[in-house]
Amino acid sequence: MSTETAVKAAASAEPKEPLFSKKNRKLITDPFNDNNPITVQVLGVCSALAVTTQMKPAFVMTLSVIFVISFSNLIISLIRNTIPSRIRMIVQITVIALLVTMVDQVLKAFVYDVSRELSVYIGLIITNCIVMGRLEAFAMGNKPMPSLLDGIGNGIGYGAILLVVAFFRELFGAGTLFGVQIIPQFMYDLGYENNGIMLTSAAAMFIIGVLIWVQRSFNEKLVDVS
Amino acid sequence: MQVFQNLLSKIKPHFEEGGKLEKFYYGYDAIETFLFVPGHSTHKGEAHIKDGIDLKRTMFTVVIAMIPCLLFGMWNVGHQYYLAAGEFTALGDGFVEKMIHGAIKVLPIVIVSYGVGLNIEFAFAIFRKHPVNEGFLVTGMLIPLVMPPTVPLWMVGLATAFAVLIGKEAFGGTGMNILNVALTARVFIFFAYPTYISGDTVWIADGVTGATPLGVGYLDGLAGLQANPNYTIENMVLGFIPGSIGETSLIAIGLGALILIATGIGSWKIMLSVLAGAFATATTLFLFDITPFAGVPPYYHIFMGSMLFAAVFMATDPVTATQTEMGKWIYGFLIGVFGIIIRVLNPAYPEGWMLAILLMNVFAPTIDHMIIQSNIKRRMSRALK
Repeated sequence: MSTETAVKAAASAEPKEPLFSKKNRKLITDPFNDNNPITVQVLGVCSALAVTTQMKPAFVMTLSVIFVISFSNLIISLIRNTIPSRIRMIVQITVIALLVTMVDQVLKAFVYDVSRELSVYIGLIITNCIVMGRLEAFAMGNKPMPSLLDGIGNGIGYGAILLVVAFFRELFGAGTLFGVQIIPQFMYDLGYENNGIMLTSAAAMFIIGVLIWVQRSFNEKLVDVS
Repeated sequence: MQVFQNLLSKIKPHFEEGGKLEKFYYGYDAIETFLFVPGHSTHKGEAHIKDGIDLKRTMFTVVIAMIPCLLFGMWNVGHQYYLAAGEFTALGDGFVEKMIHGAIKVLPIVIVSYGVGLNIEFAFAIFRKHPVNEGFLVTGMLIPLVMPPTVPLWMVGLATAFAVLIGKEAFGGTGMNILNVALTARVFIFFAYPTYISGDTVWIADGVTGATPLGVGYLDGLAGLQANPNYTIENMVLGFIPGSIGETSLIAIGLGALILIATGIGSWKIMLSVLAGAFATATTLFLFDITPFAGVPPYYHIFMGSMLFAAVFMATDPVTATQTEMGKWIYGFLIGVFGIIIRVLNPAYPEGWMLAILLMNVFAPTIDHMIIQSNIKRRMSRALK
């Protein structure tokens, strides 16, 4: 990760806690399975339905969310003691909006076609419940370094689900992955057809549902959580 | 049968506790109870059962009720094919040829549907350690009956797998599903591969195309229907028209309905209220002249498309329908209303029953809840007076 230096700086301020202590490692790995933002906390589902018809936008979305969530966590955690609690939401939104605008401008400048494909959904990261949720639940009450790790972890946990969903939707809906034809032409000649249901957001719902089903049948900790 | 019995009793020890194949006990159990009367009996002094009807017999009755539709469907597939080819055009001609052609088209669909579905059911029964339920016997027969004869077999397999996995097993198996499983399979193909299940090109066979009466009526109205000598009202009632395999003949469906009603397995209230809802809606639309079916009298709607099949076999599914008696009237009536509205007013969907029934499946528990609550309220106020 490019955030390595920031992590080290924050870690040096806390001499007693090593950089990748068990607790800190847990902050990164937890959101991947036991506390996944989509399949366990069921946050951010709307964007998971909207941007997953193809791998490319899903991948860009993943990177954007990881960036926004980790840096907003870091910034809010740094200033958490100076935010008056009555206006903390406004401050959080302002910080998120700043980061999202940066991402949006960068995408427009360097990958214009992807930016057009994602259209409003980059802007809607501002309202992505995962970002706000992590700020409220974690960054407001924790030191900067763990907050940053928590942001990265949750971003990756979110992105992993996004990519899995997009993988199935693009492969079966269009026969491609990242725009490259995967299912060979002779399959189509034999009578294979792209599955139209995969292009509808209902398919993302099924796939997320099946992921939750599979995850819960393997992970005993999650049984009877809700 | 003796052969099977010997074989079963020979392999039984392997499946019992401590045996080599203990894990697969419920797979064995399913085959044994399918072939023979189960050896289980109720405990002495506890049960007061008048009739030993169980899920298996219920399901078999429904399968028997569907046999007329299946046989007629097979013949009709062949009839439509030879009609388009210009051979054996008279009804009585070439019965054997038509049956053979129909069987070649229809039986593979039946085999694929049962093969895929039963395998998934067995896998889940073994994995979850419960006896195999017989629910799929009916679903596996319903799925071919709602398919057009030209549907590719792998789509049938995929749709069946989807319906059994997502529509049923995800909710906990037979008796727990919210949506009608056979319709889930059809709706899957409808949205995933729309050109293979509806439209003008799927109904006959082997490159021969033709619209169903419903399609003709939608586009050209009554004049279009009268222009085709095959689409008379008699042919629609008797079923000599193109359409999904089981849906065309009102006579065959009527026979099935009689069996279901006589054995008390299908609810006549639902069947009747679907018809009433559909007829009322069609008449209203006809009188206000806001239907694209120009000049088609409302009673034609009962003869065209899959309305009666849906009312008899799909809406009455005891798992997904309402349970309260009053609820059955409401549920059926609303299916009729929505079915006609989707069929007539929504240009994107040529036929409405599948979507109407799935929609009302979702609302069925709510309807039941409201009825029970209002009963409680009424009796409570009476008691407290």
